[in-house]
Amino acid sequence: MSISFDELNNVQLDVLKEIGNIGAGNAVTALAKMINKKVDMAVPKARILGFDKVSQILGGEEILVVGILLSISGDLSGNMMFILDINAARQLVNILLDDNKLTSLEFSDFELSALKEIGNILTASYLNALAGLTNLKIMPSVPQLAIDMAGAILSVPAIEFGKVGDSVLYIETEFSEGVTKVFGDFLLIPDVDSYEILLKALGVIE
Amino acid sequence: MGIEILKVGMADLNSARHPCMITTLGLGSCVGVALYDSVAKVVGLAHVMLPCSEQARNNNNVAKFADTAIIKLLEDMVKLGAKRERIVAKLAGGAQMFAFSQSSDLMRIGYRNAVASKEKLQELKIPVVSEDTGGNYGRTIELYSDDGRLMIKTIGSGVKQL
Repeated sequence: MSISFDELNNVQLDVLKEIGNIGAGNAVTALAKMINKKVDMAVPKARILGFDKVSQILGGEEILVVGILLSISGDLSGNMMFILDINAARQLVNILLDDNKLTSLEFSDFELSALKEIGNILTASYLNALAGLTNLKIMPSVPQLAIDMAGAILSVPAIEFGKVGDSVLYIETEFSEGVTKVFGDFLLIPDVDSYEILLKALGVIE
Repeated sequence: MGIEILKVGMADLNSARHPCMITTLGLGSCVGVALYDSVAKVVGLAHVMLPCSEQARNNNNVAKFADTAIIKLLEDMVKLGAKRERIVAKLAGGAQMFAFSQSSDLMRIGYRNAVASKEKLQELKIPVVSEDTGGNYGRTIELYSDDGRLMIKTIGSGVKQL
């Protein structure tokens, strides 16, 4: 049986979107704990987009972005990505290091590893929420980070989605600490056979 | 008057007659297959995502796969006046954006896209005159109809001309 985001009905889509919302909420709570500050989050927007529109996710194919990718294994296999534009990444590092004055878009090794750790915590808590809701065992790998053009970074999840369909599911999140707003997107990329496992575990298919 | 600029998206292809420039932005693990007939001055560009249509469960979009995209692009170019035996190819992209230690399927996809594109071109007897594939960085490419040059722009790895 082949299932892709192109063919899901509205109920199935709504469930996946809701999972995204809960996952992103969990991720932001984890971030707040990590920096020991109050972090507000707008209601995340979950969307299904065709490849032709993928670049709109962050405002154009050539926008400089930070992508954090990890693979998942266990009952569910696939990949997970957290992606944010370079300015948002700088703000996130500043929040973490408690320094608002840094503006450079070049990151030191220390800042890069801080960024990777943020990505790790955000994605892991997203996956924890998913695991809790589905009762599935989901184990994340060590995350990898890349900074490049949005189109190039997004090609990695897009290719995975491409194996089953012509669209991607992503969750747009916006969170803020004080006056600093940070936008980022989560992409959950189940392997071909994991869609069915996921939807079955959620009780939306027989 | 400026030349016509055509944009090719992800899993998309396009072809045109001189004068024009065809571009695709932010190629990562996908491969840009640029074809050119220097006599008819017809150019074609495909942004392929996956190596082979036969392994896919959904292969409705021919532009998504190296094997089917190249065939379609050649057909389109012939309709515009190009001759198969004059067409040459240039390749760019096929990068590995993330450095995972295990060589999983996902990680080698860029390399496999480049290999599949070359195999299909060889099978169709289209010579690959130059390529800039691999690496770990994204590329924006521009194919010009006046001389078939392929400009490759990157963030941090400079500009190249094929």
